[in-house]
Amino acid sequence: MPKSMRFLTPLAIFGVLVVLLFYGLHQDPHRVPSPLIGKPAPKFALPALDDPKVMISNADLKGRVSLVNVWATWCVSCRAEHEELMRLAKVDGVRILGLNYKDDRDDAKRWLQIYGNPYVANAFDADGRVGIDWGVYGTPETFLVDREGIIRYKQIGPIDQQVWEKTLRPLIDKLKEKT
Amino acid sequence: MIPELGHFALILALTLAIVQATVPLAGSFTGNRSWMAISRPLAYGQFTFVVIAFICLLQAFLTSDFSVAYVAENSNTLLPTVYKVSALWGAHEGSLLLWATLLGAWGAAVATFSHNLPQQVVSRVLAVMGMIGIGFLLFMLLTSNPFGRIFPAPPQGRDLNPLLQDPGLAVHPPMLYMGYVGFSVAFAFAIAALMGGKLDAAWARWSRPWTTVAWCFLTIGIALGSWWSYYELGWGGWWFWDPVENASFMPWLVGTALIHSLAVTEKRAAFKSWTVLLALFAFSLSLLGTFLVRSGVLTSVHAFATDPARGTFILAFLCVVIGGSLALYAWRAPQVSTGGGFDLLSRESFLLANNLLLTLFAALVLLGTLAPLIYEAMDWGKISVGFPWFNTMFLGLMPFLALLMGVGQLSRWKHDDTQRLTRELRIAFILSCILAVVAALPMFSDDHWYVPLGIGLAGWLVFSHLTGLRDHLKNKKGPAAWLADLRGGGRSYYAMLLAHLGVAVFIIGITMVSNFGIEEDIRMSPGATKTVAGYRFQFDGVTSTTGPNYQAQQGRVLVFRGDKQIAVLKPQKRKYVASRQVMTEAAINAGLRRDLYVSLGEAVGDHGDWAVRIYYKPYVRWIWLGGLLMALGGVLALTDRRYRTRAAGKPAKLPPALAAARS
Repeated sequence: MPKSMRFLTPLAIFGVLVVLLFYGLHQDPHRVPSPLIGKPAPKFALPALDDPKVMISNADLKGRVSLVNVWATWCVSCRAEHEELMRLAKVDGVRILGLNYKDDRDDAKRWLQIYGNPYVANAFDADGRVGIDWGVYGTPETFLVDREGIIRYKQIGPIDQQVWEKTLRPLIDKLKEKT
Repeated sequence: MIPELGHFALILALTLAIVQATVPLAGSFTGNRSWMAISRPLAYGQFTFVVIAFICLLQAFLTSDFSVAYVAENSNTLLPTVYKVSALWGAHEGSLLLWATLLGAWGAAVATFSHNLPQQVVSRVLAVMGMIGIGFLLFMLLTSNPFGRIFPAPPQGRDLNPLLQDPGLAVHPPMLYMGYVGFSVAFAFAIAALMGGKLDAAWARWSRPWTTVAWCFLTIGIALGSWWSYYELGWGGWWFWDPVENASFMPWLVGTALIHSLAVTEKRAAFKSWTVLLALFAFSLSLLGTFLVRSGVLTSVHAFATDPARGTFILAFLCVVIGGSLALYAWRAPQVSTGGGFDLLSRESFLLANNLLLTLFAALVLLGTLAPLIYEAMDWGKISVGFPWFNTMFLGLMPFLALLMGVGQLSRWKHDDTQRLTRELRIAFILSCILAVVAALPMFSDDHWYVPLGIGLAGWLVFSHLTGLRDHLKNKKGPAAWLADLRGGGRSYYAMLLAHLGVAVFIIGITMVSNFGIEEDIRMSPGATKTVAGYRFQFDGVTSTTGPNYQAQQGRVLVFRGDKQIAVLKPQKRKYVASRQVMTEAAINAGLRRDLYVSLGEAVGDHGDWAVRIYYKPYVRWIWLGGLLMALGGVLALTDRRYRTRAAGKPAKLPPALAAARS
């Protein structure tokens, strides 16, 4: 490389960076369009967290509007979210199905004992295969599934009061109205 | 009325900044002395008006003037006065005002302490700082005016984010910003030097103290931030590789490289174009950090308000400042002479190697921070580069950095020989190997090579620097000679010693806390006990209590060592009245050798049981103590005689190689 070109390298690298940042500016990191929205939830059948003999599958999603919450004990944001999930389950009576993702069974059970259990049931996805089918990028993620088992919304990142009040609650209310 | 005055003062500051950025610069090229001479008064003027704006906003906070939208969003009448002050920089608009105020302060400081510099240099430096000032003031006035009113004024404010209601975080942003903004001085000096085409030892000498001051502030700011997340987030972690943290860490890494590189340029006139590049990078990364934090490009646990219009502005500003400076670099740097030559085995080589490692690490941190964005842009899906990746990078580079530090400080400028270095460092090397082997013994280690590695490296740093100290003191017999050395020319040597010792202390801290820390999450009934690391924790239940602007559930945990009670810890779970947010307030019994950390989880069941987190954190204080020592080293270096009695405007004389090796 000629000497004068060498001094242009930092500028060139910065140019690439600017393009990237400009692109990033027009993306909303919170909103990732999931190709699954409006489609039936991917088929799954997994052992339950508290009892490996019990199987949890799509059948558990039929008939009631539910949230499917993907969580793990190694996930710090899940801990932040847990409090809100507890409140949703207790106060608002939301049906939450857990997908315990790439986790340790004993750790997960201990977690629920300590922090409380907001879930009606937990599917134990040890190797994360079901997570891949569902398009899980990371934890926590939460899917809103309607009575017919169709995914209506996907929340990436923890659910907090704002997400609940502004997004999830209105959607759930609407889904419940449609009988 | 007063908020409008503040707004008006900002506009006046902007107009002054525009003049400061143009007229003296034009004067410096045409040789018009009176045009150049106005740069100082303009810098003072800009500072004055920004301070007026700052005071106006402060007044609005102290009087809880909720007709000012920013105050209504970030304050509350119940908020304690200290936090009414710190709420000023608790969110976007105010932190920009703080930034602009500090920039004005640095500009005024440059104007004050530069009387022995050539007028041409001063006017160019202040012009560049004026340009940066224009950017920030415009940014504020166009997109983020802190003085905007709302009508009708709400009766009560929304309150400061409870996470920020904390003494550590009240001082953390000013420290950090002092560092970020301080690098603008080094940046301005570099640009001025590139403009003039005179990149010489004098330039390095002028830049050095400014860079060191900025670096000290940044070091303390980062340490404070780490300490804050340790006790305030309630997880006991001290570093999360979060984008906001990375944004401050990258300029620190490059800044560290810069202060070393400046030393070489000053003493040996080598690495000139590399040093300039580092000066440009250090400030560019500070700006980039601001962009990443403020634009909402990346998600972060330290959530701030985000807005794409602001993002666009900062990006445009980045393009002008960074793009412009790098273009200037590409144009002027090829003409810079290469300066003093050196052999492969010399202090220059070791410093260069360390420089490259630090820069490489900064680049990797940048890559990791931007990885989610890159993945998305390339349509590879969404990922989050977490802890393990950054930790692997850190563990991969840190050992080499530490090894080189040990050799570098002892080696000679220009030329050294292998035999001498081996002879000098033999004992230090053997001692640190012994230390590593001892640390690897089963009773000290839990089967992990991290412990012997960390302890061995810390030992290496200490022993090699002691060897260097012995050499340094060879001709200074007795305390009187030593004191004279400390007062006189040797001070920068002791500064280096202190800062490098800080690195050793830091390494011990992270090694111990990462490998021997114990974390227990358990459910406790009132009266239950749990023994962790030889300490017995007795849970006495939870009672309700109230604070100025929150209600709290307060746990009581007695800590026993043997039969002796050593502490009563009162962790809290606070619910803030105005925002209804819940915060965990950990209780910590701190010590130099260990912290005992208790925080409350959730109430479990109806019988007063709680989930309690009990953490045992050995040597965790050493992490921040290390940072503090590094910063103290920087402060000591600043008091060096060279900066107190430097010759007016004369280029630095190059001391003979041998004398330099000892300084």
